Amino acid sequence: MTEQIEIQPDRLHEEMLRLHREQQMDFLEDIIGMDWGDDGLGIVYLLESSATGERVALKTRTVNRNSPELPSVCDIWQAANFKEREVYDYFGIQFINHPDMRRLFLREDWTGYPLRKDDDPTDARNPLRMDNEMPVDTTTELRLNPDGTLSDEEKAIFDAEEYVINIGPQHPATHGVLRFRVSLEGEIIRKIDVNCGYIHRGIEKMCESLTYPQTLALSDRLDYLGAHQNRHALCLCIEQAMGLEVPQRVQYIRTIMDELQRIDSHLLFYSCLCMDLGALTAFFYGFRDREKIIDIFEETCGGRLIMNYNTIGGVQADIHPNFVRRVKEFIPYLRGIIHEYHDVFTNNIIARQRLKGVGILNRDTAISYGATGGTGRASGWSCDVRRRMPYGVYEKAGFREILYTEGDCLARYMVRMDEIMESLRIIELLIDNIPEGEWQVKAPKVVKLPVGAWYSAVEGSRGEMGVYIESRGDKYPYRLHFRSTGLPLVSVIDDICRNSKIADLIAIGGTLDYVVPDIDR
Amino acid sequence: MEIKKPKIASIPYDDFPDNDTLEQMARDMRSNGVNVVTGVLDDLINWGRSNSLWPLTFATSCCGIEFMALGAARYDMARFGFEVTRASPRQADLLLVSGTITNKMAPVLRRLYDQMADPKYVVAVGGCTISGGPFKKSYHVVNGINSIVPVDVYVPGCPPRPEAFFFGLMQLQRKIKVEKFFGGANKKEKKPEND
Repeated sequence: MTEQIEIQPDRLHEEMLRLHREQQMDFLEDIIGMDWGDDGLGIVYLLESSATGERVALKTRTVNRNSPELPSVCDIWQAANFKEREVYDYFGIQFINHPDMRRLFLREDWTGYPLRKDDDPTDARNPLRMDNEMPVDTTTELRLNPDGTLSDEEKAIFDAEEYVINIGPQHPATHGVLRFRVSLEGEIIRKIDVNCGYIHRGIEKMCESLTYPQTLALSDRLDYLGAHQNRHALCLCIEQAMGLEVPQRVQYIRTIMDELQRIDSHLLFYSCLCMDLGALTAFFYGFRDREKIIDIFEETCGGRLIMNYNTIGGVQADIHPNFVRRVKEFIPYLRGIIHEYHDVFTNNIIARQRLKGVGILNRDTAISYGATGGTGRASGWSCDVRRRMPYGVYEKAGFREILYTEGDCLARYMVRMDEIMESLRIIELLIDNIPEGEWQVKAPKVVKLPVGAWYSAVEGSRGEMGVYIESRGDKYPYRLHFRSTGLPLVSVIDDICRNSKIADLIAIGGTLDYVVPDIDR
Repeated sequence: MEIKKPKIASIPYDDFPDNDTLEQMARDMRSNGVNVVTGVLDDLINWGRSNSLWPLTFATSCCGIEFMALGAARYDMARFGFEVTRASPRQADLLLVSGTITNKMAPVLRRLYDQMADPKYVVAVGGCTISGGPFKKSYHVVNGINSIVPVDVYVPGCPPRPEAFFFGLMQLQRKIKVEKFFGGANKKEKKPEND
């Protein structure tokens, strides 16, 4: 259970600044908006130090439900910018001194704040609007004046002089329905305004009216290229809250499945990146080998993409009799064929010139934005959850973290290519040693969690996939929050694209490797 | 001139479970008799259209990955004439709606459909587009895209297997084969009110 230290709003900013300076809490893992009913609206902050690995959870609250105002921390951590906008969108909490207080997911003309407990977002206030959403060029900042009063200040996102082009939501290179508004000077990018929410399905709100076993089904559909890992994270969190020990066999199966999923995702990353940069042959290579993994999944889990495999206390079914044999056939196959990938793309002079030295993200910026996963590791930030918060049986496999220091597109690409090999090594070590035993412990039919709050994370295909559950002792979660792996990645894009060429946006977006339904949830 | 059965080369005619419906459709459409010259021209046009459907590269979520798998080597939709995916709606004539359509996306989808040139076809892929699927109770998901755009074929599944995609696309081909280009209307659509 996560112990949370409560801080009064008026002391929050200085306390956060102190934690950041004195205890080196430089990684803001997540900001979770909360509606505690009569206890007011509030926020839970999860912090971690990238130097010492020390973790701390804090919370703050305000009882004013009509115009809740809390201080912003986005001058300390840049990750807070998008996450506070998300909280504003869900709960209507205004952040003082936040430079861009707009909704993140929902339309500007949406009424109400859907995740508040007293708000029913399905009612008639918000019909299906078929008129086009007008682009807004201004935003507001709630500014704290030196004399202690608050005032709204209108700020321009793009001024009238700027040449702004629109990319998305229907664009093949945005990897889903993401929309960028890009301010250009010639072909140089000056600013990018990211518009999310085109695939916002309100999963977090839906989970509040589902029982715990039911919530599992939705987690697969967050980041469908990390279906096993998402579900693993949610199962870990529920099991941690229940105090349920899962058998060794389950741990082995889950770890192997997670790693197979990672290879699957990275092969798709390779295919899509290459296709975006014009290398269509490479796309076919990636998909050819990906189908082999999907065959293995299909035999055991029944699904090709959405597997629905992990359950609370185990897995849905035991591994198929062919599983071990097929995995063992696959490992030498992929090792023997991966040189084709490098021949056709990695060592191609055009590919190298489009990737090398482009979109450099340095280590401190990556930490400040909380850009975990391959992106963070390409910048030299050792952010792998498998090392920071060990789970599964990675320790038995002698897991090695892949780190690069360049932080450019080529490094982000190479991290993933190397991780394919590392995952193969992990699977190879584990596959022969799957212990005999139960694949599902007897979990109670009706899962009730005790009162409290828990956070668990796994290393997803593209970063830290975390789950935060707050329970009040019911069958249903009081609040279930998913730490999106993609939201920090997409928030970093404005920073690293500035002064690059517009064509580099495709390479940068491709190597950041975000999945839009995971950003929007 | 008699009605031609909507045959396609890939699957034997009797393997489809809904032949009666399509035959009835063809009979209704051609109930006033078919001119021999235009009838032959119709068949020629329908043969061409049904075998060169160009899909729009449009995907919002999970089903889009299966759509990509369809384009790759194992399933290879080029075998049936769907391989020319277009990034611009103005060049595409098939809108495969793969993935959940949310309230914010709905006007965009409608606009994409409006931008496509006639004749255009819509296939609703996956549970989300058919009824909202697992997100039926969500506050931000359209429960069935048929309230936004007219749908020709529904392909259920979450996500549908590539084989299911093909079955759906072949059903669309069969539907196109009973269309009438010269005279008469194929679809009776309500005139938009705000025109």
